[in-house]
Amino acid sequence: MSGFFKSSVGRKVAMALSAFFLMFFILQHFAINILSVFNPDLFNEVSHFMGTNPLVQFVLQPILIFGVVFHFTMGFILELKNRSARSISYAVNNGNANSSWMSRNMIYSGGFILIFLVIHFIDFWIPELNIKYVIGDTSGLLADGNYRYFEELQHKFVPIWRVILYCIGFVFLALHLLHGFNSAFQSIGANNKYTKSIKGIGKAYAVLIPLGFIIIACFHHLTYTH
Amino acid sequence: MNLTLQIWRQKNAKTKGKIVEYPIKDISPDMSFLEMLDVLNSQLITLGEEPVAFDHDCREGICGSCSLYINGEAHGPDRRVTTCQLHMRKFKDGDTIFIEPFRAKAFPVIKDLIVDRSAFDRIQHAGGFISVNTSGNTQDGNAIPISKHDADTAMDAATCIGCGACVATCKNSSAMLFVGAKVSQYALLPQGQVEATNRVENMVAQMDLEGFGNCTNTGACEIECPKGISLENIARMNRELMKASLK
Amino acid sequence: MALDSKIPEGPLADKWTTHKNNIDLVNPANKRLIDVIVVGTGLAGGSAAATLAELGYNVKAFCFQDSPRRAHSIAAQGGINAAKNYQGDGDSTYRLFYDTVKGGDYRSREANVHRLAEVSTNIIDQCVAQGVPFARDYGGLLDNRSFGGVLVSRTFYAKGQTGQQLLLGAYSAMNRQIGRGKIKMYNRHEMLDVVIVDGKARGIITRNLVTGEIERHSAHAVVLGSGGYGNVFYLSTNAMGSNVTAAWKAHKRGAYFANPCYTQIHPTCIPVSGDHQSKLTLMSESLRNDGRIWVPKKLEDAKAIQNKTLKPTEITEENRDYFLERRYPAFGNLVPRDVASRAAKERCDAGFGVNATGEAVFLDFAAAIIRYGKEQAHIKGLDENDTEIIDKLGKDIVKSKYGNLFQMYEKIVDENPYETPMMIYPAVHYTMGGIWVDYNLQTTVPGLFAIGEANFSDHGANRLGASALMQGLADGYFVLPYTIGNYLSDDIRTGPISTDSKEFEEAEANVKKQVNHFIQNNGSKSVDYFHKKLGKIMWNKCGMARNEKDLKDAIREISELRNEFWKEVKVPGESNEFNEELAKAGRVADFLELGELFAKDALVREESAGGHFREEYQTKEGEAQRRKEFQFVSAWEYNGEPKDAKLHKENLTYKNIEVKERSYK
Repeated sequence: MSGFFKSSVGRKVAMALSAFFLMFFILQHFAINILSVFNPDLFNEVSHFMGTNPLVQFVLQPILIFGVVFHFTMGFILELKNRSARSISYAVNNGNANSSWMSRNMIYSGGFILIFLVIHFIDFWIPELNIKYVIGDTSGLLADGNYRYFEELQHKFVPIWRVILYCIGFVFLALHLLHGFNSAFQSIGANNKYTKSIKGIGKAYAVLIPLGFIIIACFHHLTYTH
Repeated sequence: MNLTLQIWRQKNAKTKGKIVEYPIKDISPDMSFLEMLDVLNSQLITLGEEPVAFDHDCREGICGSCSLYINGEAHGPDRRVTTCQLHMRKFKDGDTIFIEPFRAKAFPVIKDLIVDRSAFDRIQHAGGFISVNTSGNTQDGNAIPISKHDADTAMDAATCIGCGACVATCKNSSAMLFVGAKVSQYALLPQGQVEATNRVENMVAQMDLEGFGNCTNTGACEIECPKGISLENIARMNRELMKASLK
Repeated sequence: MALDSKIPEGPLADKWTTHKNNIDLVNPANKRLIDVIVVGTGLAGGSAAATLAELGYNVKAFCFQDSPRRAHSIAAQGGINAAKNYQGDGDSTYRLFYDTVKGGDYRSREANVHRLAEVSTNIIDQCVAQGVPFARDYGGLLDNRSFGGVLVSRTFYAKGQTGQQLLLGAYSAMNRQIGRGKIKMYNRHEMLDVVIVDGKARGIITRNLVTGEIERHSAHAVVLGSGGYGNVFYLSTNAMGSNVTAAWKAHKRGAYFANPCYTQIHPTCIPVSGDHQSKLTLMSESLRNDGRIWVPKKLEDAKAIQNKTLKPTEITEENRDYFLERRYPAFGNLVPRDVASRAAKERCDAGFGVNATGEAVFLDFAAAIIRYGKEQAHIKGLDENDTEIIDKLGKDIVKSKYGNLFQMYEKIVDENPYETPMMIYPAVHYTMGGIWVDYNLQTTVPGLFAIGEANFSDHGANRLGASALMQGLADGYFVLPYTIGNYLSDDIRTGPISTDSKEFEEAEANVKKQVNHFIQNNGSKSVDYFHKKLGKIMWNKCGMARNEKDLKDAIREISELRNEFWKEVKVPGESNEFNEELAKAGRVADFLELGELFAKDALVREESAGGHFREEYQTKEGEAQRRKEFQFVSAWEYNGEPKDAKLHKENLTYKNIEVKERSYK
């Protein structure tokens, strides 16, 4: 089995498996975030649960971090290896004739997503860690006794620059997913009579989820009233 | 037709190459691309220059010898053809045509447009066979019925001509379409089952050893493959290797 | 030296079995001490190399291509015959034997052909076991189609790429042995001479086509599976690199060359479109299962078609001449290749040709489309009189059967064969002649064997469709590996053959001399110039119809052209590098000698038989007229200039088959 993951095929399966995990994570992340649009109270409760449940915090969260780091590291390693497989490049190469821009530029879409993620971590996640584990306040409450999550979320999206940054980040995510979703299925060997349907679902997922995140960001930017 | 050719010239594997421009006149649209190069070469010979070396043999699209990266595409802009079947009617009078060798670290240039594709052979040596001796006592050809669907799918995979367009086209110089096709052909036939585990492991290991890149599923290989070998074969190879690794 | 064909005694059906039982064997431990060189890696060479290695011999295999998988066997489209009788249509070993001898116009050896028919069934079993994906029916069993010259369905196929699949099968068997180290593979190596030591073939001289290095290779026996010499015509369906050099060098070293004039002109090729043409493309004979061949009945219609003022679809049924159906009602469009080709030439010579050059006939699928369409409409319960439905259904069936061929035609000709009839014309395709071999496939040089198209084979004066693949694999898998043991059993104590002997030195010096001559020659004309000229002479004077005057002219012209070639040929570049022009020069030099022998053979054979048609010898209906006194194999001994070659005759006797007029009416 260890030999498997050393092979080229094994590595791409590993990429696919981490991708599936990340895609599932994004889906649940979206599911929770969209609550903020429809039901702030529920959003607060779920957020508090996710932020304080030990299983989530100390088991799922490290797995997630590992998944993210693995996907990026492996992606970069493979990209370098793949580039070295052609020492002299073509004078003229008509890539558009046979493949999509997205499929050829996963490293760039992925790279921008990484930059976004770093910003996102600094912006959201590190302050969270600070409150919970450095300051030690795990109550999840504001001074007024209400949950802080919805309030903070809305506040974050007041500056227009952050909204634009998010939009750009999610456009890259969409580009990445437009190829990545189906590519992951192909990598684990799922190419059969269901492929057509999977491709349809993949496109829908790749467009709708990032679009949803963008809508959430814009919604809060426009609806913040304090 | 009058054309401007930009052709990669390289004396041998050790020297550096460069693109050289050759104008060419009075090309008939009915010529094949290689016949157009024949015309150029006969002109070069008359001028006392060295002709452009390129691989070719059957000139009917089956031997897989001819290669050439023409205007940024393996076997040129037409679909489902090899370079010998590409006709000049696909180009316009006055066009500039870039002609480069198939490029991959695993396919080193021998001369001009000729590359060494023996890496493909070595992958086949590693497992591209069914271990059966020639005896005359094998069981009757009809002893094991094979569903038409499986036989046809195996045939579709087996039509690969080993030209290397998949590698040349792939942004990663991956050979997975080639290897996937061979693995698939045997995986789909009952005769190939016995050695399936070893075959896929050995062939993939050899492929990696040869320095081909990894597949990122861009699908370019399938589009540029002169025989239209399907991406399904790569998926099948992935499955086969996963299956093998669990054994 | 008298020719001894070494045909075993006994009844025809038992000869091969008896012979195998009596053959000397080499024990497995001793096989390890014996080296065998195999030149050529097509169906014959590839299968022989693999089988010899499986048996335990150390094999060195050579091909000029960059991989054994690219040998020109790969281009065979239609199929492979085998007397399996899976269709229950009365096929048998005897019937395959009979059809092959008759198809060869009674100019082949009975015992060889019967053996071929016997082992044909083993080939199919072997290939299935190797994973060759033959076409199957819905029950999962092997499917068959019919080919020209026979009345049963015995042709196994893998779409229109049977040769490819069989070759890849042999290649896979080779790969297994290369992986095991039992075959040492030399790609991009061209054999330029055979080395004879003490009267036995003991090695070859090769040129490494990448580095230009001249190399010596020794072995206890040398096997040539180097294919045919159709490229002597310049334009043929052979690959650009197909050449006679290996066979010709063997001939010059003492191997007799048999029946060089027997050439197969295949009726269904895409017509020549212009002077730039470098090769001709075959359309599989299987097309004649459903395609109907015709030309206009009226000369004025033919002229109008030639001038493109009339479309073929505008000519009504009664104004079409389905000349094969008219002349040969029993076999119709499925007459053997020689007959079909000559009939097409006869119509075109009479002015009824249908393209601008007047050298093409139609191959029409309209009737098949309607027939299949009606059949499908019936099966599906649709309206059998709705022309639109029928057209669509019919085209779907034709597409499923011949789709790749139709696509190929459209790419080359730029016309849609579903809508307008294809145009076809005969082209040189296969050479029945070749190096003379005895029943053991050994040439007149001990230790030198020839297999596949390279030998003069089992096809007599004409080969039936789908029999070339059968013969190549029969020789390589099932015949040579046994018969060579008989010879090698004497060599178990010989030990390794040294390459330092004076014979190797002499042969290498000869090769180097020729190479240097080409490089240093200060000529002005390219190799192709001479090759094209030779091709014109061959096609015009030694082509589908030959006569005494033309043949004599051809001998003279070729001889002159050869002299000019040696003086005027220009080979750019160096000898110590990849130099295709240099390789081509060597090949054309040999073609220029073979061509002359070819014409001489055709001149001497004062009869018509199969692929050899002498205008002086035809029946009143214009059919080939065989002559009893020519019932022999012409085996030519090299004697300096080709025109001085010495003729040896191997008389052919037919004890198990009655020699009749070959009729397909």
